[in-house]
Amino acid sequence: MSAINISKESLTAIMKSNDTAVIKDTVVSKGAEMSKNENEVITKVAQISKSQPSQLKPASAKPSNLSIQAYSFFKWLLPPVFGILMLLAVWTLISHQSPNLPGPLKTFHSAVELFSDPFYDHGPNDKGVGWNILASLQRVALGFGLAALVGIPLGFIIGRFEFASRMTAPIISLLRPVSPLAWLPIGLLVFKASNPAAIWVIFISAIWPMIINTAVGVSKVPQDYMNVAKVLNLSEWKIVTKILFPFVLPYMMTGVRLSIGVAWLVIVAAEMLTGGVGIGFWVWDEWNNLNVEHIIIAIFVVGIVGLLLEFALTQIAKKFSYE
Amino acid sequence: MEKTPMLEKANADRYVQLENVDMTFSTKKGEFNALKNINLSIKEGEFISIIGHSGCGKSTVLNLIAGLMQPTEGLLFCAGREIAGPGPERAVVFQNHSLLPWLTCYENIYLAVERVFDTETKAQLKTRTDAALELVGLSHATDKRPNEISGGMKQRVGIARALAMEPKVLLLDEPFGALDALTRANLQDELMKIMAKSGCTAIMVTHDVDEAVLLSDRVVMMTNSPSAGIGEILEVDLPRPRARLALAEDKDYNHLRSEVLRFLYERHAKKVA
Repeated sequence: MSAINISKESLTAIMKSNDTAVIKDTVVSKGAEMSKNENEVITKVAQISKSQPSQLKPASAKPSNLSIQAYSFFKWLLPPVFGILMLLAVWTLISHQSPNLPGPLKTFHSAVELFSDPFYDHGPNDKGVGWNILASLQRVALGFGLAALVGIPLGFIIGRFEFASRMTAPIISLLRPVSPLAWLPIGLLVFKASNPAAIWVIFISAIWPMIINTAVGVSKVPQDYMNVAKVLNLSEWKIVTKILFPFVLPYMMTGVRLSIGVAWLVIVAAEMLTGGVGIGFWVWDEWNNLNVEHIIIAIFVVGIVGLLLEFALTQIAKKFSYE
Repeated sequence: MEKTPMLEKANADRYVQLENVDMTFSTKKGEFNALKNINLSIKEGEFISIIGHSGCGKSTVLNLIAGLMQPTEGLLFCAGREIAGPGPERAVVFQNHSLLPWLTCYENIYLAVERVFDTETKAQLKTRTDAALELVGLSHATDKRPNEISGGMKQRVGIARALAMEPKVLLLDEPFGALDALTRANLQDELMKIMAKSGCTAIMVTHDVDEAVLLSDRVVMMTNSPSAGIGEILEVDLPRPRARLALAEDKDYNHLRSEVLRFLYERHAKKVA
């Protein structure tokens, strides 16, 4: 259905681009000019960064903390700013070559417009980007939460008991490398609805890092601690709560962080296939509308939300660390 | 089996008893006979040191008495009962203190106390824990975590944890091996005082000749592995309390010390591989 639409539209797009072959050349020459400008900018920046220490020299003769701080801040800030500028430059360059790809400025204007009203609701197929993000986050939370609920205790059992470890080893090594989306048809078949199927895909792809990292943590508990447990004759409950759990926690948090990364990675792909409300489906929808600005915005949004999730979990992990 | 031999074993002269103990480990390279035919009787209240070159199976003997391992052959008894596994009457001070790093000093000791005296109230358990910390002079470090205190203090918490269980036998596995000489001397003196007060039986593994002679009533000297056994047992009949400085020039002390050295470096010198 929609696939046919796309191919039609993309065909016309290609046709158009063939028509504008002449224009392309001029664009190329413009691009060359642009890159000249770019070079100028780079040399200017280089000059600035060179001239910076010489400006500082008199300041360092009279030691002033403020200027040293400003200098080190500048030094710290320069590489990432330079990286982002380079990305924008390459993007601008490519967008000048291929007219279908909107440049940074056009995308920025579109983003301002989009985020001025992120929570509108015009029926099931036209919701604000905020709703779409929240819907995706909800699916991830559900799938990931279920995975943690099953994966972490399973990891403990596998790490604690040799029998369980040997029993599950072939299953885990067989199923872990399977691409997450391969599980989607099974989900659709079993749950007969797209939303639980998407959650199922998140669940199955997020569970492995948590099982494996927890199990590795448990198997790495030093024999000394286990000897203490034996000599003190601790109950299994005390062993788990006072020795295993605190020791395994950092390993577990690594697993959780990897899992949330995978879950957020997979949700976009899963929603593209299942539809409904969600950032992944939104990308697909905007592709069908040929609204490329929105697709690029979605890429940034996915990236930033992923970054925030990772950051939040790192902070939580730091709180739980005993060292 | 008759009843009388069991009762006999319970008497004070044979408080801890090892009978024809053999220990064989199965390794990748095949069977390794670590201990062969160990026979040892330890009196109640006695302080015994087990000394020998590294790898001779000293720690294995201690682990067997602790119940962390089972012997391949032979029997071990403590207070007339066969040792079938770890028990609260045999507390262990580990070589590397083995405190749980996520618990405070107090919590580390409380964990042991609460298990042994599980019928007591929380207030009673707290009193016991506080008393154990005070015994080793660490009341000020109650709420500190192990990584916030020095190596000597950690080992003291380890000793406090063991003593808080009110064991009949205290097992010490190279307790001061990881400490510097000054800290070690201090802790040895403290341990002597504590042992004199508590009067419990102690078995200590060490490779420090001075430590063995200074602290012990008897020094058990082990031959080298494989198939290590007890080479000689040296009676240390120096009067207690013993003072480190006075003993340094004492004739008897130095004689005993050279006896141990002679055993270790003349008769059973370890071949350098």
